[in-house]
Amino acid sequence: MTTLLDVSALVRRFGGITAVNKIDLAVTAGEFVSIIGPNGAGKTTLFNLISGLDRPDSGTVQFAGETVTGLAPDHIAARGLARTFQHGRVFANLTVRENVLIGAHTRQRAARWPALPIGAALEFVAALIRPTWMRDEQELLDQEVRDILGIFGDRLLPRIDDPAHSLSYANRRRVEIARALALKPKLLLLDEPTAGMNQTETAEMKALIGELKRRGQTILLIEHKLDLVMQLSDRVVVMDDGIKIAEGPPQVVRHDPAVIEAYLGHPTLGAAEKVVAAEAS
Amino acid sequence: MSSWFDYTINGLVVGNIYALLAVGLALIFGVSHLINFAQGSVYSVGAYVGLVCITYLNTPLPLTIAIVLASCGLLGILIERIGLRPLQGRTRIAPLLATIGISLVLDQIVQLVFSAQPRALPSQVPDWRFVIGGGSIGALDLLIAAIGLASAAVLFAFLRFTKLGWAVRATAQDREAAQQMGVDVDRVDSAVFAIASALGGLSGLLVGMYYNNISPAMSFQATLKGIVAQVIGGVGNVPGAIFGSLFLGLTESYGIALFGTSYRNLFAFVILILVLISWPNGLFGGRRSLPPEPLTGTFIAPSRPVLLPFWLVVALVATGLLLPVVVTSPYVIQTLSNAWLYGMLALSLTLVAGTAGQISLGHAALLAIGGYASALLALDLGLSVLVAIPLAGLITGLIGTLLVYPAFGLRGHYVAIATLGIGEIVSLVILNWESLTRGPIGITGIPPLAIGKHDFYSAPAVYWLTFAVLVGLALLQRRLLRSPLGRTLRAIRDDDVAARTYGINPNRYKGLAFAFSGFVAGVSGAITAHLYSYINFETFTSQISVLALTMAILGGLGNVFGAIAAAIALVGLPEIFRVASDYRMLIYGLALLLLIRFRPQGLFGTV
Ligand SMILES: Nc1ncnc2c1ncn2[C@@H]1O[C@H](COP(=O)(O)OP(=O)(O)OP(=O)(O)O)[C@@H](O)[C@H]1O
Ligand SMILES: [Mg+2]
Repeated sequence: MTTLLDVSALVRRFGGITAVNKIDLAVTAGEFVSIIGPNGAGKTTLFNLISGLDRPDSGTVQFAGETVTGLAPDHIAARGLARTFQHGRVFANLTVRENVLIGAHTRQRAARWPALPIGAALEFVAALIRPTWMRDEQELLDQEVRDILGIFGDRLLPRIDDPAHSLSYANRRRVEIARALALKPKLLLLDEPTAGMNQTETAEMKALIGELKRRGQTILLIEHKLDLVMQLSDRVVVMDDGIKIAEGPPQVVRHDPAVIEAYLGHPTLGAAEKVVAAEAS
Repeated sequence: MSSWFDYTINGLVVGNIYALLAVGLALIFGVSHLINFAQGSVYSVGAYVGLVCITYLNTPLPLTIAIVLASCGLLGILIERIGLRPLQGRTRIAPLLATIGISLVLDQIVQLVFSAQPRALPSQVPDWRFVIGGGSIGALDLLIAAIGLASAAVLFAFLRFTKLGWAVRATAQDREAAQQMGVDVDRVDSAVFAIASALGGLSGLLVGMYYNNISPAMSFQATLKGIVAQVIGGVGNVPGAIFGSLFLGLTESYGIALFGTSYRNLFAFVILILVLISWPNGLFGGRRSLPPEPLTGTFIAPSRPVLLPFWLVVALVATGLLLPVVVTSPYVIQTLSNAWLYGMLALSLTLVAGTAGQISLGHAALLAIGGYASALLALDLGLSVLVAIPLAGLITGLIGTLLVYPAFGLRGHYVAIATLGIGEIVSLVILNWESLTRGPIGITGIPPLAIGKHDFYSAPAVYWLTFAVLVGLALLQRRLLRSPLGRTLRAIRDDDVAARTYGINPNRYKGLAFAFSGFVAGVSGAITAHLYSYINFETFTSQISVLALTMAILGGLGNVFGAIAAAIALVGLPEIFRVASDYRMLIYGLALLLLIRFRPQGLFGTV
């Protein structure tokens, strides 16, 4: 078992508040780990720090055997990390197909030529000439896009050439996941993939994430819907006010008094918290 | 003026005048995250209202000031109400473009009413001077200082002690929260525009009296100076804007003392770029991150582009080729050649602004670089024109990319400001680098277009050349858009955060976009230079940059065919119908405003 992600003593402060406070977290290959916690606990901030969109004040992130702390997000993506966004960040004017193809950006030959002016200039020339290998590559990727979209049944395939801005909310969330899968990530970070979805859609998403897990995809998931978390996770990490307050198998965490306290003691009781409270009692 | 004391006084006075402009800009940015490019126009309106009062109505000074304040305040309310409020909830770039349109319209109306000629604005203050030490202070200096201080005090009291002032501050802190707490943000917007415009107009009046000279052209420089001052102090920061203004005024004044007047604006823009790059939050802000993002996510109106069938493209190209055979009027043919040259500029801008999402307001500078490069290559190195033009294109691509490279880290509105500043720097460098560019005299005797020994003088020959180059470049650009690279560029435009997260290094692709864009614009500028046979630093004005942007928006951002069609519509048609040039800018401004309001995706849709 190799450790894929190793976060140690990570800290991020915003003015007065410490959004992420000395968080340690390790994920081994093939594992399914969930992060839960009340609103404002620092979960998304932690994802931002891991994926390179934000820099920590202190602490380190190791990914696939390398220290990637403070590295730009594009470099981290190139090492095999993909993430989705809590509020959805699809490319509105790109079609579904193009959105997913961007997920495969780092796997394109021309895009991997070093970022020196020369590599970039060659990429430009290749784009204009479009040599055979590039056309073949694009064709392969195109087939791959169809395969990935196939996972979502007929939710996305019929809309493959529609611009993302014309999709329903749930479909945009699905496009995000499809785009992340196109990166062939070693580690997939999902930030509340079922946020804003109705029950049917949530059940569908749960089945889909379960399927990804069965295929051996390593996943780090942020989620408020606890039945999903409890059923799929190998391990659950609970955050509150930037601090990790509990960690362990779902059954153990569920009954941890600190967790119940954190959820109950919080002023904003949401659906997720009620589930914990109900299950605990 | 001779002593350091005098330069200091002059710097402070000018700084005070900038402050009146910049404070308004800061207030507006504070509550609506908008950089108001119409601020300079209000300033020039203020100066002209003052002119009417002083020379025709003979009002006493206090009444003049009151009339200027009231009329410009009213103008501000109208701008906000008619021009900007309908755009609420639209893509974030829309109001910025609208203020550019408003500024064109206002400037042109002023010019139509009062003519472009500079006018004297007699000072109503007696010409007393008080000698102090080695220098002297005039009564007008003191008045300006007093007005600056008084305005600052009134503004402070307003923000601090009145209910509306609290509402302004609350809105500036968090617009949504303020709205939920029952603050009428529309009223706040109105109030802020009224105050900003009243102060801006007053600034125009004072500047006119100080230099005893006003002209419609003063508007653009005023907007720029206000923005520079604001950026120095940190956008949206009112005390910062005052500090930035005084800092800018003093720097300019000392700069003039040391290097001479023609360097004056160069300092302002170099400071602008330095501050934007090194201290994006202003000199008082932290260094860690960019200021609150005025443009995240999609800023381009979503739409589906109109796709032209292949046969139609072929038919259009064939028509274009055959036109000189059918149309015999050399005037029409020349006009269309000119439209093709503008078409290249529109292609170039639609690539960076539309496809890559980097709104450039300094695109005319690329024309200038291309024109100068080709002219100098042909004249000084004796290269044949046919070699000089593409070489000039390459040089422009390279220089253009290098110039904008430091600003690649900026986003949204800041890109627009930075490119505007860089464009101004280019034209000032051309003006001042006499050993290379022949300075203010310009370059004369540029060899005409020629292939081998055959000069291209006839209108059809020029037409075919420009048309062929345009079609060639358009096809290249279309091919680029349809490649994986085009997809990558559009992804950066739609959401650069998501793009970076998926492994895209934005700098690499912005660099490529600017390089190709620079090449295309450079070729256009080069051909223009050989056609005109004379160019100087004013041949490619900043108005051309705005025109290019209007063309890109009219055609649909990123839309290759749209860019060309827009060039015909905005350059060809007014020329063919012989619309007087004064009205032309007015038409551009109105076209821009109407488009943003009613058809933000342009005629042919965003690609
Ligand atoms: N860019 C920022 N600037 C200032 N404060 C921030 C920033 N980003 C996050 N925060 C603060 O950090 C804390 C943690 O936020 P974060 O978004 O990570 O929480 P979360 O656990 O993802 O919550 P949710 O369940 O609501 O998504 C919050 O108090 C938030 O206000
Ligand atoms: Mg979150």
